[in-house]
Amino acid sequence: MGKQYETVIGLEVHVELATRTKIFCGCSTAFGGAPNTHTCPVCMGMPGSLPVLNRKVLEYAVLVGLASNCEITRYCKFDRKNYFYPDNPQNYQISQLYLPVCQNGYVEIETEDGSKRVGIHEIHMEEDAGKLIHDTWEDCTLIDYNRSGVPLIEIVSEPDMRNAQEVIAYLEKLRLLISYLGASDCKLQEGSMRADVNLSVREAGTQKLGTRTEMKNLNSFKAITRAIEGEQQRQIDLLEAGEPIVQETRRWDDANDCSYAMRFKEDAQDYRYFPDPDLPPVRISEEWLERMRAALPEFRREKMERFRREYGLPDYDLQIITQSAHLADLFEETTALCKEPKKVSNWLMGEMLRLLREREKDPADIIISPAHLAALILMKDKGEINGAAAKEVFEAMFDEDVDPHSYVEEKGMKVEADTDALREVLGQVVAAHPKSVADYRNGKEKAIGFLVGQTMKVMKGKADPGAVKEMLRELLQKES
Amino acid sequence: MKLTDMTAVELGTAIRERHVTAMEAVEAVFAVIQEREAQLHCFVTLDREGALRRAQEVQKQIEAGKLNGPLAGVPAGIKDNLCTRGMRTTCASRILENFVPSYTAQSVARLEQAGAVLIGKTNMDEFAMGSTTETSAWGPTKNPRNPAHVPGGSSGGSAAAVAAGECFMALGSDTGGSVRQPASFCGVVGMKPTYGTVSRYGLIAYGSSLDQVGPLCRDVRDCAALLEVIASHDPKDSTTVLRRDTDFTAALQDDVEGMRIGIPRDYFAEGLAADVRERVLAAAQVLRERGAVVEEFDLSLVEYAVPAYYTIAAAEASSNLERFDGIKYGYRARDCQDLHQMYKKTRSEGFGEEVKRRIMLGSFVLSSGYYDAYYLKALRVKALIRQAFDAAFADYDVILGPVAPTTAPLLGESLQDPLKMYLGDIYTIAVNLAGLPAISLPCGTDRHGLPVGLQLIGNRFEEKKLLRSAFAYEKAAGGFRNCREVD
Repeated sequence: MGKQYETVIGLEVHVELATRTKIFCGCSTAFGGAPNTHTCPVCMGMPGSLPVLNRKVLEYAVLVGLASNCEITRYCKFDRKNYFYPDNPQNYQISQLYLPVCQNGYVEIETEDGSKRVGIHEIHMEEDAGKLIHDTWEDCTLIDYNRSGVPLIEIVSEPDMRNAQEVIAYLEKLRLLISYLGASDCKLQEGSMRADVNLSVREAGTQKLGTRTEMKNLNSFKAITRAIEGEQQRQIDLLEAGEPIVQETRRWDDANDCSYAMRFKEDAQDYRYFPDPDLPPVRISEEWLERMRAALPEFRREKMERFRREYGLPDYDLQIITQSAHLADLFEETTALCKEPKKVSNWLMGEMLRLLREREKDPADIIISPAHLAALILMKDKGEINGAAAKEVFEAMFDEDVDPHSYVEEKGMKVEADTDALREVLGQVVAAHPKSVADYRNGKEKAIGFLVGQTMKVMKGKADPGAVKEMLRELLQKES
Repeated sequence: MKLTDMTAVELGTAIRERHVTAMEAVEAVFAVIQEREAQLHCFVTLDREGALRRAQEVQKQIEAGKLNGPLAGVPAGIKDNLCTRGMRTTCASRILENFVPSYTAQSVARLEQAGAVLIGKTNMDEFAMGSTTETSAWGPTKNPRNPAHVPGGSSGGSAAAVAAGECFMALGSDTGGSVRQPASFCGVVGMKPTYGTVSRYGLIAYGSSLDQVGPLCRDVRDCAALLEVIASHDPKDSTTVLRRDTDFTAALQDDVEGMRIGIPRDYFAEGLAADVRERVLAAAQVLRERGAVVEEFDLSLVEYAVPAYYTIAAAEASSNLERFDGIKYGYRARDCQDLHQMYKKTRSEGFGEEVKRRIMLGSFVLSSGYYDAYYLKALRVKALIRQAFDAAFADYDVILGPVAPTTAPLLGESLQDPLKMYLGDIYTIAVNLAGLPAISLPCGTDRHGLPVGLQLIGNRFEEKKLLRSAFAYEKAAGGFRNCREVD
């Protein structure tokens, strides 16, 4: 029997903060501007320009630190990380090495094996780089500095994770905390959350850590899981074959489901870190920190408890609705308007989740406004539209947040409730299907379903099946 | 009196009182430039047309009563490491040969708001690295007092232009003495304010924790007036300090009665030229006769200032100068095969010897394995020097000494032996390490007729006390007008 191995994993997670302006200048952080339009002398690295810290970045970093049980460094500094690359206009990145803003924290994660603590070594603030665009047609490289200076925090975990499930649970936990704080939307696909995986294997039962590799370019939970499984196997195979593991940075190739070496430790650059003389040290007062503590929002566990208490929702609903702060807020604001918590919850758990999956979107992307969702629920309650129509309206709201009233009006989807037209159709249907009528009267309850279906068909769906059924019952009773 | 013999404040008054127009002032300095610039080479860039247009605008505003400050209409020179929107800013380096900034440095913008007329950019040591203005990629500036000698540096162009009458006042920058030492060599007044008093926004950085913009002027009153204009708490520079005592001209009182002045014995040890020693001690005697209490004391640590300074300044410079890579602006080498080669060729061809020497020194002291032994140790020395000054200022209001060990050396003499040149900064750099204000005043000449500089050093944020002592000395010495004149 072969040896037993244990995998040891630590994560470096970069999170783009949701500030309106950049970390060291007043330029917009908005996505999608024409190249180099969200720039100024500071984020373009022009001679003589100077960085000034955006206070909101410090606030978010401290909030994330408090939410993950970190010690807040009362006297923290920024350092320059020097390296030449054109995406970095100054050829140094302003980051924190010696005195990061948060240290020694942890988060609790839940997996099938129960709950566990994952330690946070530190959280530091830094700036993002610009984007290089390689134009193969013209054979040149262009640079867009719109992203240069966008604020990031890097969350460095302790090597406390042992498998992909724990890693995913850890990332989910971070995403939950950070999105509840409103500090970031944490989207892996769009790069507002990026995870680098440090992984080593060692013989089970031993204490000494094996040689680790760092895996980059992981853009989804699936890629992370595949990369971890692949890398631990690669390292075990090397050890089994008696070959050494090389400390290196590897790049995950999602298309080919494999990784390759990017750079070796021997090539590691000397970043010549030193304190940035342009930015005075940040002193954090107890008073300010108290204000930050008071500003911490209600997190998931507390929110679940409160929703259970105030709205009487079952556990299953609570689990789903509180998975994102945005979803939970939508629930609460809609309920406040329509006073129908369970119905709101049903829409969010049913159609909302279905569409999110179908459109491959994140709860943070939901654009439906509470007012529109509440209006839709009330319209359906009053029987102004039927279930099928409501779903169609919901989908339009999901895509464009349409006003359900005007949408229904425009599309002519309103139910013909108890009108002469409907009565006439009912009369026709009853006349045309004497056998079914007879069956119903002879106690075959099912036969009425057929008659409802026929009526809906003639009405082209613009009727409420429940109401039609009631009207048919009434009609057949009268005539008998 | 000839127009160009006036001080900046005298000229400003004459303009406000309609004896002279701002345009006449510009024409007057350009007449001097016409006559002397070919020999002296104080300027890297001159803009006569722009200056005249600007003078007309300023004149209108003065006449409309919109501008009434003491420096409105006065022609000024700006060191070529201060960004000026639309005007080439090269740092006297090939790597920025054609760089035209898209914005104006905060200190320059304030000067313009006060109505000063910018006439051009003054020559300097490349990226302010040097003590003679000989490391300029555009050739050296000559000392107006004796063109065989250097004007000092790195703000040599600014000092020489003010001394020669090519402008009435100028801005320089002082990282280790770069305003005070050329002022001393050229016989003008130069001042380095307390670190954080003048915004560094738009000053192309050399050693960011030491750099301060400072005035070069003809007398102490001009110096106070100019500093009053450029001092500001700037939200764009987080290292500036909010001060409410920047009405520096209010400090110009001819009164040093009872003022305690300390003379560090360490500043008069080996290496100081006899003429300089004699002139500086004579200046101390003048202040004593005016009622000041002058005493000798031991400052200590003086010999550690030079190595600490060159470690810190070079470390910061090596990082500050990384942005000059040929990618975004400035010089780019031709015929490069790949990115790495482009960086290498661009920087090898774009930077001069002294700049490369300091980049290498700075990269070395920051590299892993050496950081603690050099950079961190230098920071500790810096802290100790600061403490030594704090202790001294517990006893004294002002510290008095020479600006430099010698008067201006001959052209070509200094670059042969960089280490000796570095040691020439011994009396000025401790001031930068401690973040103190200091002023350089003319105090006579040596036996060759070259100006000698007196340095007065104040405690942090005590520019007013410093200016008062400087003003009293100037009065007692009968003014500095003769110090600028060519024999």
